[in-house]
Amino acid sequence: MMGSENQSNYEEAHLYASREEMESLVLDDEESNNLNNNKSFSEYRSVMSSLDDSHLHHPLALSPPSIVVLEASHDDPLKSPQHQQQQQRNPNSSSSAENSYLEPPSYADVIFSPFDHENNGDSNGNESPSFHDSGNFGTLSRSSSSSSEYLKISVFDPQKEQEMSNSLVPGGNSYVTYLITTKTNMPEFGASEFSVRRRFKDVVTLADRLSESYRGFFIPPRPDKNVVEGQVMQKQDFVEQRKMALEKYLRRLAAHPVIRKSDELKVFLQVQGRLPLPTSTDVASRMLDGAVKLPKQLFGESGSVVAPHEVVQPAKGGRDLLRIFKELKQSVANDWGGSRPQLVEEDKEFLEKKEKLQDLEQQLSNASQQAESLVKAQQDIGETMGELGLAFIKLTKFETEEAMYNSQRVRAADMKRVATAAVKASRFYRESNAQTVKHLDTLHEYLGLMLAVHSAFSDRTSALLTVQTLLSELSSLQLRAEKLEAASSKIFGGDKSRIRKLEELKETIRVTEDAKMCAVREYERIKENNRSEVERLDRERHDDFLNMLKGFVVNQVGYAEKIANVWAKVAEETSGYVKDSS
Amino acid sequence: MAMITTQQRSLSSSSGQSPRSPSSFSQQQQQPFLSVSVTDPVKLGNGVQAYISYRVITKTNFPEYQGPEKIVIRRYSDFVWLRDRIFEKYKGIFIPPLPEKSAVEKFRFSAEFIEMRRQALDVFVNRIASHPELQKSDDLRTFLQAEEETMERARFQETGIFKKKPADLMQIFKDVQSKVSDVVLGKEKPVEESNPEYEKLKHYIFGLEDHLAEAQKHAFRLVKRHRELGQSLSDFGKAVKLLGACEGKSFGKVFSDLGTKSESLSVKLQKEAHNLLMNFEEPLKDYVRAVQSIKATIAERANAFKQQCELAETIKLKEINLDKLMLIRSEKVGEAEIEYKELKADSEEASQRFEMIVRLMNEEIVRFQEQKTLDVGLAFHNFAKGQAQLANEIADAWRGLLPKLEACSSHT
Repeated sequence: MMGSENQSNYEEAHLYASREEMESLVLDDEESNNLNNNKSFSEYRSVMSSLDDSHLHHPLALSPPSIVVLEASHDDPLKSPQHQQQQQRNPNSSSSAENSYLEPPSYADVIFSPFDHENNGDSNGNESPSFHDSGNFGTLSRSSSSSSEYLKISVFDPQKEQEMSNSLVPGGNSYVTYLITTKTNMPEFGASEFSVRRRFKDVVTLADRLSESYRGFFIPPRPDKNVVEGQVMQKQDFVEQRKMALEKYLRRLAAHPVIRKSDELKVFLQVQGRLPLPTSTDVASRMLDGAVKLPKQLFGESGSVVAPHEVVQPAKGGRDLLRIFKELKQSVANDWGGSRPQLVEEDKEFLEKKEKLQDLEQQLSNASQQAESLVKAQQDIGETMGELGLAFIKLTKFETEEAMYNSQRVRAADMKRVATAAVKASRFYRESNAQTVKHLDTLHEYLGLMLAVHSAFSDRTSALLTVQTLLSELSSLQLRAEKLEAASSKIFGGDKSRIRKLEELKETIRVTEDAKMCAVREYERIKENNRSEVERLDRERHDDFLNMLKGFVVNQVGYAEKIANVWAKVAEETSGYVKDSS
Repeated sequence: MAMITTQQRSLSSSSGQSPRSPSSFSQQQQQPFLSVSVTDPVKLGNGVQAYISYRVITKTNFPEYQGPEKIVIRRYSDFVWLRDRIFEKYKGIFIPPLPEKSAVEKFRFSAEFIEMRRQALDVFVNRIASHPELQKSDDLRTFLQAEEETMERARFQETGIFKKKPADLMQIFKDVQSKVSDVVLGKEKPVEESNPEYEKLKHYIFGLEDHLAEAQKHAFRLVKRHRELGQSLSDFGKAVKLLGACEGKSFGKVFSDLGTKSESLSVKLQKEAHNLLMNFEEPLKDYVRAVQSIKATIAERANAFKQQCELAETIKLKEINLDKLMLIRSEKVGEAEIEYKELKADSEEASQRFEMIVRLMNEEIVRFQEQKTLDVGLAFHNFAKGQAQLANEIADAWRGLLPKLEACSSHT
């Protein structure tokens, strides 16, 4: 590539072998943002949505009222468990859910009416005040209440729009836009409330630009594109799900201490009309450039040195094909080559931390799965209890209608007590479960965060690879320079062409030196980002997990007490049937 | 325990005697009593031939019985023999139901199944022993007292003669139900009693079975749900412990405690599942069986009524025939007269049989309703008590963690 025969032969041979790798390398880079931990997201969603479904279709379709009250305030809803704690001492009252819990309708006429209630019109704009409004939980809202700076983002009103002009398909492409409303007191925004319309493609662009600008940070992963786009997009469910996913994502971004102040986010939230960020397709179009340039680069016909400013980005797509190639060679040399690269990941602390985080990820995944099963089991028992209650209610009605003896009426009355208790208990199970879902969602959130951690660590790895590659290049350039010098000094009077080549080489070396310095600086910067983010993760994780455990436990206690009371009453009322037998 | 309670209840409600306290044995000696307990299930035999045998202990002061105590070994088919014999002999009385013969091989020898069956068999025998009529049965005495070989011989004799197969019973049910539909469709002359109160009773019994079956189905599912919740609490607890291992020592301890609590609750849930099964679901199932037994009695009554009607019809024809013969002064008159007298006797018998069934049923239904209110009331109490206890245990377990969780947050 540099004109030296040995090298170009070697490289040419490699070229054919690694073309596939190069292609896949390119693809990988483009795709890196699409990484998603498919299993856990979709499974968890399925539990959530099935909970929601049963919500609607179950004869006992009830919306837990307590959640509405909790969400209405901007305070950390997880704080309420502390409030509940004071009530804890009083054996009669239990959780704060008691305050918001409305008494069930009377069962006097043995007719069951589903529990009706109104939504307080949560700012989320959702119709159902269900646990889907986990926006607060999505950001692990400690941030919105603990700092004085406030940035609240909400997503509403999906609408179908037509793409005009440049579509090849007659009738045009249609897509969905979402209304994104921001409320803030941060001075950077210059306004306290504003709205903008964005489509999903814009979100992808935002995410991509953030990942470029904030290498080394734990950037919240964006919601996934769906493979089956086109038709699926029209379905109501899909749009709803996506809307909520977007809101969650944006709120997570707003909760990140560094990213919330980013230009990219600001522009996304505020600038009307077309999103003024280079789209990912613009970046991808560099691919075409690169494919054209490569042959020239290989034969040393065009400037093929990595410019300093380019090293602050990982090699990807387009014109970086050559660089990708070199870095690939370097990484192969790292793995299989005999000599150690000149700079390696030496930070023991980092390596230890990385291992610990990998372990954490595994345990999070496991715990998240078990949490799902637990939620499902609680849901099932509540459902079955409700069905049992209903069956008894029907039986009570039957006995009462057909009663010919007083003993039947007595039995019917007993049965009604049990039926009522069963239905109440069923409702408590359901409410408790909705809360449990929200608390244990923390596990799921952190699991998603692990993706961001992977990404940040791989930023570090690729930055290191860039440095290593440049170092290798430098040393081979210097070697050639030495050889040239030695060769030309043998010829008396100097060799004009050789001297010229030497000058060019020295120039190349200088530029490469600069590039190396940049790359090293970038690498150090990323390392620092990694470090501070890990620290933040540890800190925040401690708080969030503690809140999760507390919330979970308090919820369990509260509802268990309620359920116990309901049954204790019935046990009391039927205690006459126990004859002292011993 | 259950045996004594059932027996006590039945005795006091059926004979109207003053409640006896089980501790005063002197009373027991004066009043006639017959109490049975079915205990100690033991697996005998090998492979396909294997079966469970039970110890049946009888304590009584009945003069006909070898008292005061006698122990015999019986198996499920012996109980079936007893039920079939009594069903034949005591038409009109609601025969206490037997637990089902389980078809599933795997399940047949599970500890839970064996215990449930033992309990049900104990209740079965005691109900017979405390029924004022049934307790006088010779077959009962044979069952409770005869040597094992005698019992075996009696059981083998049954096959082919008296043994009512389930298929037969089903046929009778179908007859009863199809007769109703035939009448509705106008296909047949109603051979049904035109007794509005009895019609109401029949309608009640059939409807009751459906409703009860549904409730019992959900009760059974509830047992399963308890088990499932227990399992997932156990798994969750383990996962939480592992997660805690990723945290620091003191914070990790909280996770570990939570995980342990979760696992301990899992055990409590399994216990409650068992309690639910034995003391709530099984009584409901017993109720369903009792209703099915009443259906069998209904079928018997329909049979008896049909016989009575048919005989009445036949007599009318014979009367007409006899008159005809008398008119033509046939030699066959004598024969015919004898036949006629015999038929009249049969008819009288059939009427009496039918009327007794009617009378018995009227008494039985009152007793049945009262008994069931007591049985079901107790089952409800057990259900509520078990659920309350479980919920309290859950609340206590989780509550114990709160101080530790509080302590953690104050550190940060």
